[in-house]
Amino acid sequence: MARRLFTPLLLVMLMASAIGLQALREGSGALPAGPDSLLYVRSPAALQRMALSYKSILADVYWIRAVQLYGDTKLGRTADRSYSLLFPLLELTTTLDPYFNVAYQFGALFLAEAPPGGPGRPDLAITLLQRGLEAQPNDWHLAQAIGFVHYWSHQDYATAADWFGRASRQPGAPTWMGPLAAVTLAEGGNRKASRLLWQQIRATAEDDWFRNEADRRLKQLDAMDQVDLLQRVVTGFTQKQGHAPDGWAELARAGYVRGAVVDPTGVPYRLEGSTVSLDPKSKLLPLPKEGAARP
Amino acid sequence: MSSVRTIGTVAVSVFRESVRDKVLYNLVAFAVLLMAASYLIGQLTAGQDIKIIKDLGLAAIATFGLMIAVFIGIGLVWKEVERRSIYSLLSKPLSRGEFILGKYCGLGLTLLINILVMVVAWYAVLAYMATTVSPEVRAGWPAPATDLGMLRAVGLIVIELMLVTAIAPLFSTFSSPFLSAGFTLGLWVVGHFNADLKNFESVVDSRAAAWLAHALYYVLPNFSAFDIKQQVVYAQAVPAGYLASTALYGAVYIAFLLTASVAVFSRRDFK
Repeated sequence: MARRLFTPLLLVMLMASAIGLQALREGSGALPAGPDSLLYVRSPAALQRMALSYKSILADVYWIRAVQLYGDTKLGRTADRSYSLLFPLLELTTTLDPYFNVAYQFGALFLAEAPPGGPGRPDLAITLLQRGLEAQPNDWHLAQAIGFVHYWSHQDYATAADWFGRASRQPGAPTWMGPLAAVTLAEGGNRKASRLLWQQIRATAEDDWFRNEADRRLKQLDAMDQVDLLQRVVTGFTQKQGHAPDGWAELARAGYVRGAVVDPTGVPYRLEGSTVSLDPKSKLLPLPKEGAARP
Repeated sequence: MSSVRTIGTVAVSVFRESVRDKVLYNLVAFAVLLMAASYLIGQLTAGQDIKIIKDLGLAAIATFGLMIAVFIGIGLVWKEVERRSIYSLLSKPLSRGEFILGKYCGLGLTLLINILVMVVAWYAVLAYMATTVSPEVRAGWPAPATDLGMLRAVGLIVIELMLVTAIAPLFSTFSSPFLSAGFTLGLWVVGHFNADLKNFESVVDSRAAAWLAHALYYVLPNFSAFDIKQQVVYAQAVPAGYLASTALYGAVYIAFLLTASVAVFSRRDFK
């Protein structure tokens, strides 16, 4: 009986000891953190050869790494806030799978996003999309995305309109692409044109992420309109009363505003003196540059 | 006719042995991998869940199949020699050619059944995942989640694995299992670099080296030709002529390898 119990007891004791040692080691403090992430192979050509017949699945792995890196950096989970590996990861992804359209389109959005939400590299976003066009010269999505980067990040409305025009001439392009090119050329930069752009992107989004991103951008435009309106209200109050309001409550008591003064995500607007702005906690920050969406 | 029956008997015994050796347990690993991936992918990436499951399924089918083909293939002949059961087998009305072909067909049967079950499980996961997304998202896919066109890639994977299955016993007839595994996997890797061998003159100046590389390009099995995974996942056109010529190439190369295996094994002295 005792001999039969010996082995199970020994196993339980050894496992308990291993668990105890693990907890002890963790409690004694961690080693200094190494670099957040490493990219062992940086050459797309070398990786393409090493991938053998696993190019697609390896492209997926690099794509997941790119998404994770972008998300972790954006949320401040990494010490390195430079997004320096984002473009190499996207380059590897799209070299391994040149038809990975989402990697081009999302990747360009990630790269063009201004700091701290992204690396603020619209030049790399355009490089990535140009690579996509080399593989798929007739893809209107990629041409539209290049126009979009010129529109939103460079505020170069003539070039943006040119790319929207190119997109409209590709097979399968939606009918609104041609008018969008014309509107961009004529009214590029105003909020109406920006709103039209994002509404069309939301309406034709083939992915929930794009749809959500378009929603966020539309909310940013709404917030910019609301800030302008509230600013006019506050200025009017200040001029009439001869002093800046103490807060939204004073404006409400005076009948200037009704109910909660919140942005489209439900976060109250900030009122400092007679200046209205988005609260730093708002997820709509940073707002686009006014040149890209002037009222 | 009796030869076919003899080969069939050996093949069935190989299949039974692989079942006894718990080879089919890999199906459990495959199912767990796909189910876990289908749950996790959505949380790890932005979109492209279906594409990733398609890629993962095809890569896993190819990898599990490759492991079975190599590690069981190298033991097909060697195990019989090691156990000394080869003496009693060859004393029966069984030629050495029938023995090799029977072993090959048995492993082929094991592989086919494995792949069939994996494909069914893969399509089931894809069908389930398709139900979890909105019609708008589905409309943006280049092909439905359960696109039967992907079976073209599975078909070429089967032929590729049958080719690997023919290589493993060839080495196994005259070499140790360790070396056989190394040679087979090595040949499989080199077979994916064929395009580089063809264009070797752009890398080196030596005409002799370029000529040798060119010769190797034609002599070594071109495994990269069987890889159309990316094309089928994007529902791109793969000409029927390409599929037919690649399948025929595989069949002829398999015939060559099996003939060589039988020739080597027939000359082997077991005294």
